[in-house]
Amino acid sequence: MAQFDNSKTFAHDDDSVVVIIGSGAGGGTLANELAQQGIDVVVLEAGALHDRPDFHADEWPAFSQLSWLDNRTTSGSWRIARDFPNLPTWICKTVGGTTVHWAGASLRFQPHEFQALTHYGALDGANLLDWPVGYDELAPYYTRAEDKMGVTRTNDIAGLPGNNNFKVMHAGAQKLGYACNTGHMAINSRTRDGRPGCQQRGFCFQGCRFGAKWSTLYTELPAALLTGHAELRTNAHVAQIEHDAKGHATGVTYFDKDGNLVRQKARLVAVAGNSIETPRLLLNSASAMFPNGLANSSGQVGRNYMRHMTGSVYATFDEPVHMYRGTTMAGIIPDEARHDTSRGFVGGYEMETLSLGLPFMAAFLDPGAWGEAFTGAMDQYAHMAGMWLVGEDMPRASNRVTLHDELKDQHGLPIPNVHYDDHPNDEAMREHAYLKGSELYAAVGARDIYRVPPYPSTHNLGTCRMSAQAQDGVCNAYGQTHDIPNLFISDGSQFTTSAAENPTLTIVTLAIRQAEHIGKLMKERAV
Amino acid sequence: MFSRPLSRRVFLKASGGALVGTLAFASGPIALLAPSRSWAVTTEQFTTHESEALLQFTRHVFPHRDLEDAVYALVVKDLDRQADADPAILALLRDGVTALDRQADGDWLALDATQRQSSVAEAAGSPFFEKIRSSAVVSLYSNPLAFAHFGYQGEEGDMGYLFKGFDDLTWLPDPPVADSGLMPGA
Repeated sequence: MAQFDNSKTFAHDDDSVVVIIGSGAGGGTLANELAQQGIDVVVLEAGALHDRPDFHADEWPAFSQLSWLDNRTTSGSWRIARDFPNLPTWICKTVGGTTVHWAGASLRFQPHEFQALTHYGALDGANLLDWPVGYDELAPYYTRAEDKMGVTRTNDIAGLPGNNNFKVMHAGAQKLGYACNTGHMAINSRTRDGRPGCQQRGFCFQGCRFGAKWSTLYTELPAALLTGHAELRTNAHVAQIEHDAKGHATGVTYFDKDGNLVRQKARLVAVAGNSIETPRLLLNSASAMFPNGLANSSGQVGRNYMRHMTGSVYATFDEPVHMYRGTTMAGIIPDEARHDTSRGFVGGYEMETLSLGLPFMAAFLDPGAWGEAFTGAMDQYAHMAGMWLVGEDMPRASNRVTLHDELKDQHGLPIPNVHYDDHPNDEAMREHAYLKGSELYAAVGARDIYRVPPYPSTHNLGTCRMSAQAQDGVCNAYGQTHDIPNLFISDGSQFTTSAAENPTLTIVTLAIRQAEHIGKLMKERAV
Repeated sequence: MFSRPLSRRVFLKASGGALVGTLAFASGPIALLAPSRSWAVTTEQFTTHESEALLQFTRHVFPHRDLEDAVYALVVKDLDRQADADPAILALLRDGVTALDRQADGDWLALDATQRQSSVAEAAGSPFFEKIRSSAVVSLYSNPLAFAHFGYQGEEGDMGYLFKGFDDLTWLPDPPVADSGLMPGA
């Protein structure tokens, strides 16, 4: 696989390189954007390389191949803690990170969502804050991200044709007066950027065989390697970020594929391990100088864990649907994404088609269920349509990633515990979303309607949030940590609030902007 | 319907404990896949009686009236594999079947369906029940026979449905082109 070969390698004691931890939406994009500027980067990816020919068109084998399955524990009142106590997330440990698994929905945040505290007011039990950056500042970077990712219905890129699942959603949307189209998707509707158009396989979650869906795996990472300024190391699980007496990051230690502990020096370190591993790494990097973990003078590292308000509605019909054919997220209704407190909650949610194959429908329809109610639903699988409901959840100081007191991973590092309790606002929004999703399918003649609880989280956010003031968060508007000038947060952990939209486009947008900023700081010798 | 032929082993292996049967639906989707109407699944650890009890128990946990025993037998096979790898699982399942038989004064399988159903309901939540339920929810629904039965095309989708029915639903109006995109080349 020549496109993943390192044409350039860097010495372990080369302290001029930028070390990027993680190769997903944040890390992979940052790597390419820096390498394009001629900045040398070493990307450390905990997972192995699995490219398009390696993917499985079979849900459980794909899940085993791509998912982050290292042990984790959970606590709190969320149902995940009961049904999937060791699987709080559905994210990836593979080159390309969760951009291998994501469905491709690429929606910009709405302007007011960057000022959640201003627009929603202080809510009891929520730790709301305005972002230190606004929509207008990000807009040009959104435009660049959409072009990079080939987002449909932007940059004159045609929308994707809608599948059967979309037809059902669209018909229901018409009855309810909702707008509905095949959405802004980072999935090629035509050949673009050297990648083919979508063949409507229906295995978006399992890795796109044709590479029609944007993933850093076969876009950003090969492009970065091609510059001669990037090196990708796989099966490299970072143990700690190290620092000097001035409190500046000096490099990292990581376990290589043989389990040997390796030290890589660095001029600057960027962490993009997704919102569980990123704070875990900062906490596991505690030192005499930083006893509570790196970049944690605010005490906010690991806090404000957000996973979006989610839920699904599936409905069955007299006629067949075969929802699994074609793109997983085939249609989007944005109408309920507005902020309108007359509905009984702040913020809003998107309605997006979703389908699961038979194996995952069994696993996720009603975890733990058995008997005729369950089998009656499964019997109608071919006649089923479905949607995912995804909305803004409230940041809470007590929703938190912490280090487990006793349990260690395969490298002897403390594993993370993920604690989550729904906020009353999340519950009110979910109830509204279930009702509207059910109404939509009832309007097209649904036979049975199923409210499906949240899956293990793919959207993990907020655990190293941006803030204007150092005491309120972990990093500034560029993802630069308040405490350590050459330590950056480059993934969804930066998000101050979750907004309603799928996060990947915003993660990529922030990474492009961050790369520009890092380039400037390096040129000025400020880092 | 499937790009790969099914392994004959699923149907024609015989030694030790075994589940054997004949497909109930001669013209069903599973029969179309099967090399023969007769099937057999062998077990390394479970006796034939234990296998039959586990199969029936699974039928009560996930009752699909028209689903062939041959598919439920794959759950027994899965449990047998787990029991083969872990003596604690073997003991859990073996003791569970023994307990069912004891409650039935001999042979749990001799009870009528209603009686069996109530003993399954009583077992709900027990480690024995949970082992079977949590295994079956994976192995019962993640195999080509189940795919054929429930109307999921599995790996057939690998090459894409773009020209093979991704939008073949005709019982609702087609969305306008502004909302749904055009087919490539259109």
